Amino acid sequence: MNSSDTTSAELALDRPSYLHDGYGWKSWLLTKDHKRIAILYLISITVFFALGGIFAMLIRLELLTPEGDLVQAATYNRLFTMHGVIMVFLFLVPSIPATLGNFLVPLMIGAKDLAFPRINLLSWYIYVLAGIFILWALIHGGVDTGWTFYTPFSTHYSNGYVVSTALGVFIAGFSSILTGLNFVVTIHRMRAPGMTWFRLPLFIWSHYATSLIMILGTPVIAVTLMMVAVERALNLGLFDPRLGGDPILFQHLFWFYSHPAVYIMVLPGMGVISELIAAFTRKRVFGYAVVAFSSIGIAVLGFLVWGHHLFVTGESVYAATVFSLLSMLVAVPSAIKVFNWTATLYEGSVSYETPMLYALGFIGLFTIGGLTGVMIATLGIDLHLHDTYFIIAHFHYVMVGGTIMAYMGGLHYWWPKMTGKLYPVFASRLSALLIFVGFNLTFFPQFILGYLGMPRRYWEYPPEFQVWNVLSTAGASVLGVGYLLPLCYFLYSLFYGKQAGANPWGAKGLEWATTSPPPTYNFDYPVVVDEEAYEYAPDARAVARQEAHSA
Amino acid sequence: MRSLPFFPEEATAAAREVDLMFGAWLGISLFFTALIAVLIVVFMLRFRRRHPDEVGKSEEMGPWLEIIWSAVPLFIMLAMFFWGARLFFVQHQAPPGAVEYWATGKQWMWKFEHPNGTREINHLHLPLGQTVKLTMTSEDVIHSFGVPAFRLKQDVNPGAYTRVWFRPNRVGTYHLFCDQYCGAEHSRMVGSIVVMSAEDYAAWLAGGPVGGQSPVAVGAQLFQSLACYTCHEMGPGWMARGPSLQGVYGHQVPLAGGDSVLADEAYLRESILLPAAKVVKGWQPIMPTYQGQVSEEQLIDLIAYLKSLGSAPAMGTGAVNPPGTSSPMEGGPAGSMPASPSAASGGGPRSK
Amino acid sequence: MHSGVSASGHGHARLQHHFDDLEQQREASTFGMWVFLCTEILFFGGLFTTYVVYRQRFHGVFAQASRDLNVVWGGTNTAVLICSSLTMALAIWSAQINRRKLVVLFVLITMAFGLTFLGIKTVEYKEKFDHHLVPGPHFHYVCPPGEPCHPEQAEVFFSLYFCMTGLHALHMIVGVGLLSYLLVPSWQGRYTSDWHNPLECIGLYWHFVDIVWIFLFPLLYLIGAH
Repeated sequence: MNSSDTTSAELALDRPSYLHDGYGWKSWLLTKDHKRIAILYLISITVFFALGGIFAMLIRLELLTPEGDLVQAATYNRLFTMHGVIMVFLFLVPSIPATLGNFLVPLMIGAKDLAFPRINLLSWYIYVLAGIFILWALIHGGVDTGWTFYTPFSTHYSNGYVVSTALGVFIAGFSSILTGLNFVVTIHRMRAPGMTWFRLPLFIWSHYATSLIMILGTPVIAVTLMMVAVERALNLGLFDPRLGGDPILFQHLFWFYSHPAVYIMVLPGMGVISELIAAFTRKRVFGYAVVAFSSIGIAVLGFLVWGHHLFVTGESVYAATVFSLLSMLVAVPSAIKVFNWTATLYEGSVSYETPMLYALGFIGLFTIGGLTGVMIATLGIDLHLHDTYFIIAHFHYVMVGGTIMAYMGGLHYWWPKMTGKLYPVFASRLSALLIFVGFNLTFFPQFILGYLGMPRRYWEYPPEFQVWNVLSTAGASVLGVGYLLPLCYFLYSLFYGKQAGANPWGAKGLEWATTSPPPTYNFDYPVVVDEEAYEYAPDARAVARQEAHSA
Repeated sequence: MRSLPFFPEEATAAAREVDLMFGAWLGISLFFTALIAVLIVVFMLRFRRRHPDEVGKSEEMGPWLEIIWSAVPLFIMLAMFFWGARLFFVQHQAPPGAVEYWATGKQWMWKFEHPNGTREINHLHLPLGQTVKLTMTSEDVIHSFGVPAFRLKQDVNPGAYTRVWFRPNRVGTYHLFCDQYCGAEHSRMVGSIVVMSAEDYAAWLAGGPVGGQSPVAVGAQLFQSLACYTCHEMGPGWMARGPSLQGVYGHQVPLAGGDSVLADEAYLRESILLPAAKVVKGWQPIMPTYQGQVSEEQLIDLIAYLKSLGSAPAMGTGAVNPPGTSSPMEGGPAGSMPASPSAASGGGPRSK
Repeated sequence: MHSGVSASGHGHARLQHHFDDLEQQREASTFGMWVFLCTEILFFGGLFTTYVVYRQRFHGVFAQASRDLNVVWGGTNTAVLICSSLTMALAIWSAQINRRKLVVLFVLITMAFGLTFLGIKTVEYKEKFDHHLVPGPHFHYVCPPGEPCHPEQAEVFFSLYFCMTGLHALHMIVGVGLLSYLLVPSWQGRYTSDWHNPLECIGLYWHFVDIVWIFLFPLLYLIGAH
């Protein structure tokens, strides 16, 4: 059974698609269907992305001039904190896993749903509750500690709503844990007959690796923020040096999760890119097994490098050396992926649809982001660049140039599957271009600013830094437009878009072997898998053997 | 275009090395980015889809390509890692002969103290070519002392001392930034390092701002006014209630319970604020705490004074006289003890 | 594969629609509980790490402050929890031999043990409150005469004590709640030799909470013993 066998006509439904299987708010808010839950997540995540984006715009507007003239310093400190908290915990961490992952994991493995559908719905409600906590804190004045909550500032000096924000993040962590738990059990236990581990799409491998991190890392930040909240509320001394506590201990505990968290954010994106590259070259990803294992490798190594955030805290030189070395090592599996994706293009059948444009953009921007990462993993250089705009540029290259590009690419690739509609092609290509150009204009100048020494989280800055800041703000405006366009044309497509067939891209993968949108239990027939992943050529090995003989 | 700033000035030799290191990485990155970009463009054009049903051609390849493009980046990264680590080790340990300055960060200002007692706020004047060791602490939250022209920074933590050293080799005025978010006026916790020629510096020192007493002198006065001497020093009124502090700095101190600890700045500070945390072997835990009675600056003065006290280690000569309690400093090779800067400043000759 | 009906004809779990068969459902549930317990290990792990760091740093004071904890109560609680794990295992055994009334009995006894544990904890907490050993504005630790000590460091010990045992007690409350959820189906005879997966999963959770206490007890109560 493979997707190219069945045509749209053969897949005509005698059951309604999941979108039409029940109407009314109860059928959505009490759903157990992973696809509907994915849509619920999509909507709420987009709301928080917009909010985080508004804060980013305000930050960039303030930084147009060296003086603090748009907002007060206290407001500015709340702006960048809330931008970070919302973007990290309410957008980036859930984005791909909770929307695309929830929608596609059962489809890709040939299952009817995730292992625990009610827990899936619970995870969304927990996410919404977390969002409400954070919004409540925001409305009452917000918090000004930075998303990193460093002590003793957050426990004893801040005047903001630290406890409620910390609690909000704590709650969001449980949403993440439940998602990861669901994925791990589903991937282990609910694969269709014939779907062996090494026939799984690479999207599944990367979500499996991500889930491992979610499960093992998130509880640590939960308990750490709990300690911060308790210390602040009861004036304890766990992190307060005046009472014998150690503020650096907080940093260790915080980064023990927050570094692996960045792999939670980027690994699903890498999974998406693997799917896009395969689909738009109509070829098996080069070095499938290596790419699969590299995801696991990144997850494991990612837990061993947190100390590179503490190079200038006065931590032991020996510990710093070990962390620097391990940080270099964790770059190797990522580099392997980039090379493998590039090699996949060779002898592929390459097309330039919008999702592919995003995938190619990802490869370029992630390469830059990753290379700047090993730069700052180099101890001697980090002494200069730590806590400057170089760091900001680095992580925005991997998070925005990486993860968000992958998210957009994935949305554009699977939108026809999720909604049954096609979106306007020209508008989608235009926004991809705007996003690429806007992104680079926003963040490349920040590398320069960082090397010049402009510190992070500065509301005012010396005048000689202005020119780069102006360029960056200009870029941010373009980027903002680029992100607004998809909102418009995706909504447009829901009402006026052309019907997408079951497989508009001609791609391989079980998700394309059912209707667009799929029915509630995904497949109208029992799924049995008898071919490898990405088998585009009828029998690739036979072709190669033939050629070898004739050569 | 001419005046577009890309790099800060280089004001130390170490800054130059950082720039070289960064330049190397820049070159490597440009190479690999260009390589990937060119390959992508070439493959995209050469293998573009010519027919709607066309598929790509997979091939089974040996592992060599994978091995090569894993090993080569790994090797490059290891080389850069060693270079960076080497510089980091050098930056971590001030060389002997460094002149000791003190810095305190607090919301939202920097307070500096020269070895002769001159104090400055937010600006630090230094003579060209002098190796400076700056010992720093914070009075409240975590700050960070950052000077882009020196290409370095170091966090400044409450309840602890961190150190940074540098040797400016260029006259000029350089930005000083607080590099760790510390609250409302974080972006205004800035200042400058002013490097002057030796003559200009001497002139500034002589006729300049309040030339107070050196930290050592102030510390000596505090030692009297806080009545430390009643327990800790030979002299009239010495009643052998506490161990002598002659030459304590930089040596191992045996503790009740069997461990020993190196007497560095952190130990001295803790002993004043939390005296029962580490009780010296053979003595009763009767020292009262001075928490709330001494400021961070006074602690700095006391510690400077204690560092200046004599060279002969004389520990544990109290009412109970355990044998063999004095131990030579086990400092280890230079560069391997980050918590124990060279004890050369202020003290007499001492073997390492 | 199994059909939905067991050989004994007694009640069985409803096969959830997204599973192929009961076997898959059972394996998925059990595996899910194990994964969840891994997250719990990491959750408590953060607190244990903090404890280890401060125990090392404030060695003497921790031992002193530990003597203010009541070893008799703590020891009793340890015995109570170990017995409760036994009765939980017996509940599962009873399901395996199809004795539904025994299942209910053992679940009830386990709950009683759990509530006993919580009751003793309440008594202990009240004692701490009366002696001003609850961290916060009313904390007041009296150093034992003749021994070096700083009350702030004792406050760190008690902060950890309350955080760790409090989190543990929270898990116990959840555990007792989960057990009560089992009572009605047990009485209805829904847990048989063919299907008793909910009992197993909640049993796993209960054993985990027990094991956490086995670590907490010596680390908090016994480090001051001479």
